[in-house]
Amino acid sequence: MFTSVDDVSARLAETGYLASPAVATTVFLAARLGKPLLVEGPAGVGKTELAKAVAQVAGARLVRLQCYEGVDESRALYEWNHAKQLLRISAGRDESWDETRTDIFGEEFLLPRPLLTAIRGDEPTVLLIDETDKADVEMEGLLLEVLSDFQITVPELGTVTATRRPFVVLTSNAGRELSEALRRRCLFLHIGFPEAELERRIVRLHVPGLGAALTASVVRVVGALRAMDLRKVPSVAETVDWAHTLLALGADTLDEAVVQDTLGVLLKHQDDIRKATAKLDLETL
Amino acid sequence: MSDVAERITSLVGALRAHGVRIGTGESVDAARAVETLGLADRELLREGLAATLLHGVGQRAVFDPVFDLYFPRGVGGPDGGPADRAALRDRLAAALAADDPAALARLAAEAVDGLGGYGSSPESDGWSAYQTLERLRPQTLLARVRADVRGRGVSGAGFTDRLLDDELRRRIEEFRRLVGAEARRRVAERRGRDEIARRAVRPTADRVDFLFANRDQLAELRRAVRPLARKLATRLAARRRRAARGTIDLRRTLRSSLSTGGVPMRPVLRRRRPARPELVLLCDVSGSVSGFSDFTMLLVQALHDQFGKVRVFAFVNRLDEVTGLLDHGRADPEGLGARIRAEATLTGWHGSSDYGAALGEFAERYGSAVGPRTTVFVLGDARTNLSDPNLPAVREIAGRARRAYWLNPEPRAQWGTGDSAAPAYAELVEMHECRTARQLSGLVARLLPV
Ligand SMILES: Nc1ncnc2c1ncn2[C@@H]1O[C@H](COP(=O)(O)OP(=O)(O)O)[C@@H](O)[C@H]1O
Ligand SMILES: [Mg+2]
Repeated sequence: MFTSVDDVSARLAETGYLASPAVATTVFLAARLGKPLLVEGPAGVGKTELAKAVAQVAGARLVRLQCYEGVDESRALYEWNHAKQLLRISAGRDESWDETRTDIFGEEFLLPRPLLTAIRGDEPTVLLIDETDKADVEMEGLLLEVLSDFQITVPELGTVTATRRPFVVLTSNAGRELSEALRRRCLFLHIGFPEAELERRIVRLHVPGLGAALTASVVRVVGALRAMDLRKVPSVAETVDWAHTLLALGADTLDEAVVQDTLGVLLKHQDDIRKATAKLDLETL
Repeated sequence: MSDVAERITSLVGALRAHGVRIGTGESVDAARAVETLGLADRELLREGLAATLLHGVGQRAVFDPVFDLYFPRGVGGPDGGPADRAALRDRLAAALAADDPAALARLAAEAVDGLGGYGSSPESDGWSAYQTLERLRPQTLLARVRADVRGRGVSGAGFTDRLLDDELRRRIEEFRRLVGAEARRRVAERRGRDEIARRAVRPTADRVDFLFANRDQLAELRRAVRPLARKLATRLAARRRRAARGTIDLRRTLRSSLSTGGVPMRPVLRRRRPARPELVLLCDVSGSVSGFSDFTMLLVQALHDQFGKVRVFAFVNRLDEVTGLLDHGRADPEGLGARIRAEATLTGWHGSSDYGAALGEFAERYGSAVGPRTTVFVLGDARTNLSDPNLPAVREIAGRARRAYWLNPEPRAQWGTGDSAAPAYAELVEMHECRTARQLSGLVARLLPV
């Protein structure tokens, strides 16, 4: 998939994803060792985006399992299309029950969900299991099984084994500690907030219209906010949003009034806005 | 065994000794990572080994210094003549102004080499980060670097200029860290890595005994309060849901089945009254255990919206309510301990803990704070300085509460030794050993009422 760590960085950059050395190295290793990649980090640092970028670079289809509270086998693996089965039964062709049963548990009545979809088929696939920490613990057991053998058994149909293992990316905001067993299956990558230089490049890429000097100022202010003890510090997503906002306002330098007026783009809690206002000395207005 | 394989084995050994659980599978992956990445680029190697050996971000603080020992940047001191202090300070000032991490790392190596060595006999000599920093005093460069940056107009006139001081402080802090790492590496060269790796790398803050944590570690713990609280809140919410899910409401199930001709199609689950539980904390804040109780108070405060009511009382030998001092928004974590000790009446005519007197005062003055919905936590080492433990007061408090727990930061083996009344108290309230933040979060997740 990749020839070197630099190759990873260069090709991800072409799709608009700027990888830190840690990100590029780990993606390279995951591809080489054929292991799932667990990406952990705060919201908005580009975890989901990374999986999408890898799929694009590899020319692979992206299959995404979005986890949420209560996501279960029927959402993750497969489900039988009961309505269709009922119709088929009541259509009542001239046949024995055994024949009907064989028929309604056939391929035609199966609704594959992301895990099964990713395992079937021969095209290169990136399987993104997004926000794994939101799923219940039982779901982890299921993931563990699938990620160990890359096969899924549908009792009525038999066992489906991957002919080509997907490149698996699991993400987590660490809302809940994932089990040790699942972690052991994976290579581990923590994405934190980027270094100033990388963040400037990300902003330049997304908001090229903003001048270099203002981009640098934007990143410095965000860095200062991250050093404060806030409920929720701004992430890369907010930095990019803020840059867009400043461009739209036609600001060409930062001043107190602009920062004050747009702080709500960076900070979501009133407490945080109050605290940052004080620490940045904005109250002198 | 090849040199690299051997180094990975020792690295893994050192990490395990620091509580990082690494199986053979991971060691094999690590070897493959080294094979795939090669040794040429040390930072890639670092990331590759971290990706294969670690399972969580908390372990990184242990990993990095251990990695620096086993895969050092170089061997011996830097090339070139002995560094002189004034010249080093000049170059450090320039590197800080330019925000040049590579230059800072080089300077850290030169500084330790030139200023950090001590002793002359092979048994007693070594390299000291402390001595290096005392001689170099990087913090005193702040004004000069600031003037330099401003002079060159790179700080951006106007608004962002006000950020400069804090940015420079963070860079200086980073330089100090680099000096620490370099000194450890030099010492390791002399004494053998394995021994240094055992001693010199700090365990992650959440595994440090509260009773032995130093200032930095306590500060690190305070910063961890909020993320930890967030995690615990999700776990509490999950427990609450599970508790609420439990029972089927038969009457409502039947009523709703009327629409389906009396066939109960879907069970109606009983909704629990969302009466939020109440919490009372009684905290020994005397010197020896204050790190523990400060941290616990902050954690409970951060969780306050999980509860109907939280009241916090602090004591040494007298007891006072401090709920107000912990109020949301006001709670500046660093200053908490000092504020409590300044604003509350905690001591009478002597300064050492007296559990009996303090708990008696609670039962007498604030007894009404505890009712059938209240869960009480007592935090402290139960060392009474040989005064009367006042068991009736504890019995009364526990009797009135829904549940009562005692969290003791001392190792269980020490309960009952010397002046510890722990066994006597443990007869009356369920007592748990709670030595580290890690233990505490486990207990909180399990014991807090939902
Ligand atoms: N390294 C990066 N390169 C390019 N864009 C990035 C990068 N990191 C974050 N972003 C931007 O931040 C946004 C949020 O990223 P996302 O993947 O949704 O975050 P997460 O999944 O970690 O919550 C993306 O839409 C992207 O614009
Ligand atoms: Mg995401």
